[in-house]
Amino acid sequence: MECLLGLVGKDFVITVTDTSAIRSITVLKHNEDKTRVLSPHTLISFSGEAGDTINFSEYLQKNIQLYGIRNNIELTPAAAAHFVRRELAEALRSRNAYQANLLLSGYDKKKGPSLYWIDHLAALVQRPFAAHGYCGYYCTSMFDRYYRPNMDLEEAKDLIRKCLQELHHRFIINLPRFSVKVVDKDGIREIEL
Amino acid sequence: MISDIVAQYTTPEASLGFGSEALPSQRGFLSGDVAHQFNSLAFDLPRTQDPVDFLHTYTDVKSAEDNLIKLAHGTTTLAFKYASGVVVATDSRATQGSVISSQSVKKVIEINPYLLGTMAGGAADCAFWERELGRRCRLYELRNKERISVAAASKLLANMVYSYKGMGLSMGTMISGWDKTGPNLFYVDNDGLRLKGDLFSVGSGATYAYGVLDSGYNHELSKADAIELGKRSIYHATHRDAYSGGSVRVFHINESGWEFISLTDVDDLHWEYTDQARAP
Repeated sequence: MECLLGLVGKDFVITVTDTSAIRSITVLKHNEDKTRVLSPHTLISFSGEAGDTINFSEYLQKNIQLYGIRNNIELTPAAAAHFVRRELAEALRSRNAYQANLLLSGYDKKKGPSLYWIDHLAALVQRPFAAHGYCGYYCTSMFDRYYRPNMDLEEAKDLIRKCLQELHHRFIINLPRFSVKVVDKDGIREIEL
Repeated sequence: MISDIVAQYTTPEASLGFGSEALPSQRGFLSGDVAHQFNSLAFDLPRTQDPVDFLHTYTDVKSAEDNLIKLAHGTTTLAFKYASGVVVATDSRATQGSVISSQSVKKVIEINPYLLGTMAGGAADCAFWERELGRRCRLYELRNKERISVAAASKLLANMVYSYKGMGLSMGTMISGWDKTGPNLFYVDNDGLRLKGDLFSVGSGATYAYGVLDSGYNHELSKADAIELGKRSIYHATHRDAYSGGSVRVFHINESGWEFISLTDVDDLHWEYTDQARAP
């Protein structure tokens, strides 16, 4: 039911998460933030089993922050992604796996923007665009059709708008609100579409 | 020294095994670290592959005779924040299958003079863990010479139940109270889910309560109207949900802590409301 989207532009990554917290047939909350800031230029968005997602993301967040404090240098998005994958993979082979799907978006001063797709089986792929959940069934084809490398922010916002329009038009689940965040050289910020 | 402490936090609690030597709580007894004394609970678990499955063989049995452990279920509880505080309202019925086992359950748990918890799901789980939460909140108060925030208290509870995730705990609770930041309300359940919010309803009758509550809710409600809305929402839920009933219990929270407002039999409320002219 949950929706995560991500797209890499010219010098930024844009991520979209729905904001509904759902239990059984009831929407408990309409403004839930399904992202955590891992470091000033790395953001993780998550979906999956209730409890697991937030617990795992906050565990990642605190450990990556601790790394920053200890070593006086930010973990790069690539390093963070591999750290996340390893933690998830080790948990998967223990008594209690985290059932969490993640998108990690980051901006590296040397290598530019990057987006990593990580699923609950600890598969890690770097992608120009990515999705988790049912919305992927609608949006990946739209990304295939309309995505170009080096899109500027306005073009990316247009494409995201197009995707959300399609979701509202065709998808049976009611996801009235989305939170859109941009990661670029200046850090992480929430934007209005 | 600092790296010793840091090392203890670099392994997620949830990835530890469940064997007696590996329970995070027991490591707390050995190390003198204050933070770990918060984890001073350890339960024996059935020595089987899957403790939950084992529990289900005793709890999910169709006939009452075979059911060795009976769990109380079925509830309507609600809580909402508004301009001058928080209203907490619950029904008072406990059911065991199709049997009403009590009509006078206290589903509001007084954690301390500033914190209230509500009870939905397993009565024993809620009562036990919220009492344990009360103990930890008191310890926090003694150590830090100030009251714990509602956010922190609810996170303590969420972390406690998260460490027992998948082991058969059943609870859906709302932790509400007043702290430095004003009125606060959190939803915590046995999945380890914890949500901050303005309005929640939990239990089998929650959908009925939501209907009345959402349509009558307004942040600027007066205290009397807010209390009446809470009471009425529970009443309507008890009217439609067979597993909810008994009496409506209402609490109110403001800056000086919680206050018990009323306990009204839903039968009395029914005649009171039917006598009133229907809302235009």
